[in-house]
Amino acid sequence: MLLSIGRSLGWRLAQAGMVAILVGVLSFAMMRALPGDMIFRITAARFGYDNVTAENAELVRSQIGDPAGISAFFSWIAGLFRGDLGTSLVTGETVLAEIAHQFGATAELAGVAILLSLLIGPPLGLWAGLHPGGWFDRATVLLASVFKATPQFLLGLVLIVVVSIGMGLLPAAGHGEPRHLILPGLTLALGLAANTIRITREAVVQARASDWWRFARWKGLSERQVVLRHGLRHVAVPVLTLIAAQFVALMEGVVVVETIFGWPGIGHALVHAVFHRDVPMVQGTALIMGLAFVLVNALADIAARLLDPREAAQ
Amino acid sequence: MFRTLTLSLLMTGTALPALANDGVLDVVAPFELKGADPVTSGSILLKMDVTETLVDADAQGRLVPGLATEWSASADGLAWIFTLRDGVTFHDGSAMDGAATANALEWSRANGGLLAKTPVAAISGEGQTVTITLTEPFAMLPAMLAEHRSAIIAPSSIDGGSVTEVIGTGPYRVTEFSPPNKMTVAAFGGYWGDAAAIDRAVYHGVSRAETRALMAESGDADITLSLDPASFTRLKGAAGLEVRSAPIPRVLVLKVNGGTYDQATRKALSLAIDRAGIAKAVLRYETGATQMFPPGMAGWHDSKLVPLGYDPEAAKAALAEAGWMPNAEGILEKDGKPMEIELLTYPDRPELPLVAAVLEQQFAAVGAKPVINSTNFSEIPAKHNDGTLSTALFARNFALVPDPVGTLLQDYAPGGDWGAMGWSNGDFTKGVKGMAAGTAPEGTREALVATLHEEMPVLPIAWYELNMAVSDDVSGVVVDPFERTLGLASVSWAD
Repeated sequence: MLLSIGRSLGWRLAQAGMVAILVGVLSFAMMRALPGDMIFRITAARFGYDNVTAENAELVRSQIGDPAGISAFFSWIAGLFRGDLGTSLVTGETVLAEIAHQFGATAELAGVAILLSLLIGPPLGLWAGLHPGGWFDRATVLLASVFKATPQFLLGLVLIVVVSIGMGLLPAAGHGEPRHLILPGLTLALGLAANTIRITREAVVQARASDWWRFARWKGLSERQVVLRHGLRHVAVPVLTLIAAQFVALMEGVVVVETIFGWPGIGHALVHAVFHRDVPMVQGTALIMGLAFVLVNALADIAARLLDPREAAQ
Repeated sequence: MFRTLTLSLLMTGTALPALANDGVLDVVAPFELKGADPVTSGSILLKMDVTETLVDADAQGRLVPGLATEWSASADGLAWIFTLRDGVTFHDGSAMDGAATANALEWSRANGGLLAKTPVAAISGEGQTVTITLTEPFAMLPAMLAEHRSAIIAPSSIDGGSVTEVIGTGPYRVTEFSPPNKMTVAAFGGYWGDAAAIDRAVYHGVSRAETRALMAESGDADITLSLDPASFTRLKGAAGLEVRSAPIPRVLVLKVNGGTYDQATRKALSLAIDRAGIAKAVLRYETGATQMFPPGMAGWHDSKLVPLGYDPEAAKAALAEAGWMPNAEGILEKDGKPMEIELLTYPDRPELPLVAAVLEQQFAAVGAKPVINSTNFSEIPAKHNDGTLSTALFARNFALVPDPVGTLLQDYAPGGDWGAMGWSNGDFTKGVKGMAAGTAPEGTREALVATLHEEMPVLPIAWYELNMAVSDDVSGVVVDPFERTLGLASVSWAD
């Protein structure tokens, strides 16, 4: 078991190295490909559009050099080995300090979203799977399809209109208090739960048709006992794998949801960094997102092996 | 369309009174905090009454005392002495004296502040005075000191070559600074003037216009700045708030390459533009621009000028008179070159591509072949400088400082990235420079306005309006056309 986990972690570590290099190269290349003069955009970000002049652009150029130059890229790669992600071209803060500030906000939001999706998705999927073909099953599948198909910007705006304006229960946007987390967290969670409902339901239906389920029933366990003693563990493996796989969707959602709700997280920072051509910030945020993806998958691997020893045997 | 429709339906069904106030004044605006330096975040710090400038401006743009009670220039115009207000302390308790003030101005000058564009030789402070020595006379200096980047911050704000903390002199001091989105301020007990009426206020930087409008409607925001036209119209009927607007000295202009399109052609193209239609349909304003400067700009709007009109038939006739004749494909042509107008603009201001689309149709209607190029805004100065620009549509603020001479100097004397191209008028340049130096004769301002109207180096399209929503819970909010203040310190909870 330990050997299997070690092998898995080794592979993920190699993946992390590849992700770091690829993210650095691709984000740099994409920033270079964007239209317009980078220095002018950075000047606009620093001083405001009204104060973009050739003189201010020259001042910025004298301070930061050529952000699109190949030497800037190699300097970033060299910094990577020292754990230095560079300095934001707009604020002058180190990228690590900026990300440390923003990543906390995103982690809060992502944590709440995953928690809410787990409170919504698996219980509904479990119940639907235990009663396949019934009205609850059909209604749940329909609801999951609706939430899956609804774009998050629309879902977010609808929640603000109904919950904040209509009912006056929660703030429409903002950051700093626990109540600010609920609407953006729910917006992300409903999309994630749509998938977990379906996966959980399918896993339960599959399990109920399996030999081990029939054997458990045959030896005298009640349906409830089979679910609690064997079923949940069985269903947990695909759900955990799905949550890890959903991390990419979660990060995509975070970019949209943070912008709608004025949430100062890493998604919001990435959007603004691209807009302002803040190359080191784009590279840094993309890198952290990529590494977080690898980390989540590594954790999912370990959890799956702990839950299902057959994985290790294979 | 779908989003608007959905929102409208939900609004109708779920509208309830907004939340009551929570004792904290919430200000929501699209601008994000870039850091503690007034050079990068000065506009927000000034609006939130955290920082102040030596010279202030009233609602008409007239200069009034701020942290300096009076100022005067030497006979040769090369030395300006500013007398500082007595008894002013920074938020850290240190005294605001000449040395501290000179230190703040020097910082601004060296780091991209507006003072970098003035002919300053030296800044020194002694006792309660600051002396600014110039290399040449420059009457605009007090106006330059009213700009937010010239705000006075304490020497202790600056550490290790950067501004690490916001320590100003305003009626509010910063208690929590969380760029990019949030800043909390509290009333400063040691303020030299009247104390702030509300103890705590929070600034929220929210970039999405829809979210800002929804925050206003839900009662989360007490003061909401920069509403988009659709939200402004929708919020007019909302309960618990009032929407306000005021014309501001920001003008939507079409910059035209004078080397390609001469004065007669520019004037003909101007006749092809339905400004009133654009204002009503796209910007949701009552009127379009009738001249360069809006009525609110004291002394710069001349009501006697003939308003810019819309007459496509007259435009066609004027183009023919200017030598533009239809070719075999029906496109206007002169000296073998078809009138292919590239409308360069950028989507950062969402109304610009829409206005460009209308201009495309209106120019096509008089025989031109326009093409929209909605790209990065930096293409405008880039193409200006390499001479390849055809036309460019953008919004220009004429109140970077309360006196528009600063902008005219930069853009039209004789040209600039965001102003004239391929156009020059010796008398105009001399007049602007004379006004900047304080040596221009009486009547120069009127002559400058008339020249811009007659020669049209750029074509004014519309005057912008400052839109905001104010909760019924508060009173005393100021709508400042120069976008310097909200009157925050005097805002109080409504009875």
